[in-house]
Amino acid sequence: MPLLDVRDLRAGYGAILAVKGISLHVDEGEIVTLIGSNGAGKSTTLRAISGVIRPRGGQVTFDGQRIDRLQPHAIVRLGLSHVPEGRGIFHSLSVYENLLMGAYTRGDDLHDDLERVYRLFPRLKERLRQPGGTLSGGEQQMLAIGRALMARPRLLLLDEPSMGLSPVLVETIFETIQAIRREGATVLLVEQNALMALEIADRAYVLESGEITLAGTGAELARDDSVRRAYLGEG
Amino acid sequence: MPVALTLSVSFWSDQFVNGLTTGSLYALIALGYTMVYGVLKMINFAHGEVFMLGSFAGYGALVAMGGNELSGPVIALAILGAIIVAMSASVSASVVIERLAYRPLRGAPASPPHQRHRRLHLPPVPRPRADFRPREVLPRHLPRGSLSAGPFEITYIQLFLIASSVAMMALLYAIIQRTRLGRAIRAVAENPTNASLMGVDVNRTIVFVFILGAAMAGVAGVLYGLFFQTIRGSMGFIPGIKAFTAAVLGGIGSIPGAMAGGYVLGLAETVGRELLNELPGVNLGNQWRDVIAFTLLVTILIFRPTGIFAQRSTTRA
Repeated sequence: MPLLDVRDLRAGYGAILAVKGISLHVDEGEIVTLIGSNGAGKSTTLRAISGVIRPRGGQVTFDGQRIDRLQPHAIVRLGLSHVPEGRGIFHSLSVYENLLMGAYTRGDDLHDDLERVYRLFPRLKERLRQPGGTLSGGEQQMLAIGRALMARPRLLLLDEPSMGLSPVLVETIFETIQAIRREGATVLLVEQNALMALEIADRAYVLESGEITLAGTGAELARDDSVRRAYLGEG
Repeated sequence: MPVALTLSVSFWSDQFVNGLTTGSLYALIALGYTMVYGVLKMINFAHGEVFMLGSFAGYGALVAMGGNELSGPVIALAILGAIIVAMSASVSASVVIERLAYRPLRGAPASPPHQRHRRLHLPPVPRPRADFRPREVLPRHLPRGSLSAGPFEITYIQLFLIASSVAMMALLYAIIQRTRLGRAIRAVAENPTNASLMGVDVNRTIVFVFILGAAMAGVAGVLYGLFFQTIRGSMGFIPGIKAFTAAVLGGIGSIPGAMAGGYVLGLAETVGRELLNELPGVNLGNQWRDVIAFTLLVTILIFRPTGIFAQRSTTRA
């Protein structure tokens, strides 16, 4: 049984149906990526899974439980954390308080989790007292991922973690995603940077105009001619 | 030269203490306006009535505990009891107001209106029509004396009022800054969607905001009664609008701003009244206070709607 099972999901805003009945699944321990151009419905898919918007139709099952009617705070409690597009840092809260917000659902000792975040992102430790809004874009992305890890999620949804970052920082973020997976988390990654995403992904889906047009392993899709033309800047 | 300027130092220090006294009440009530605005971007204009209900509930509790018969240290206990009863009444009223009047106005928690509402919205909250007759607040045997320090003289009841207000505000500030609930409130104020992605139940957090604001108003209701000795059904209106003015002065949405705005307004009113009363040919007496407060409100709304203090995002809550 997959950890996350999405069947015939339909979602949108107002009169616009941005996701038109897609099905995908993520198995425990996998990195799965969803690639596609701007406006293909990638972020909408993640938002519908995490409950930020209510699905118009279809089923979302997480760890054997239907979650498509649940509110976001209830979904987080089940172990599914969503790092939204734009990172969602609380600008007026300090870096430390942002990390504590990540652990909002937990009542137990946070020491080990804080140490783990500091180990992954040493720069955050130097800035604990600063307001989140004063961090650079790269630091905010580190904080967003670190904060999501504080919840000890079983599944991490990452929306465009490379957006607006320098190539060196993108490298760091992708290395971190792999490190997180080695430590036992499962990742569903949405990316415009298809090359990097396919490199680290076990499996991938291509989303076009709200529909899944291709699916396969990361390596297969990276070799696919249509993918190379459309998303890898070739041809 | 206006006569007032030549009046004694002790006259002005009296006005200063009076300003701090009314300022404390404004600040306590203003917190409810500013916190609700912080999370909902809506003004709770029923908040003055929440304050009034607290005052009457506190009065009822004092009467039930013996009222005028009370004397000595028992009075302290009775007042504490009255404050607890007043807080409970105000909190209950406020929770009902949130549930019946405000929650239906909000979108589903999944699509909060936080970014779209930047102007003040006046929700259609019906003003309570309670026609409570004026009551004298008991007990009569409160200590009547006063303390002096240099030119300052402060009555025991003023001292009690200011000290209790400051203590309540310190407690609230600690809750907002230091606790898990306080962090959740600040997170919801900044971005409800992102707060919900952290596992925060946005609806529940908003109820807690109403509760905290109402608790402050309930305390203010009892303190008002003890100080002015008379309470009436219409008593929520003017202090309510004044406290709203204080919240706007300090930057609506900001908790320290509401506290500071309350004291600035209290002092501006009392000191301003004495200065303007020296104007020849204009005899407005105590009404000058309203003139000053509402002139300030309109001026601020026109020229500096974000408040008189430099607005830093870190001070918002």
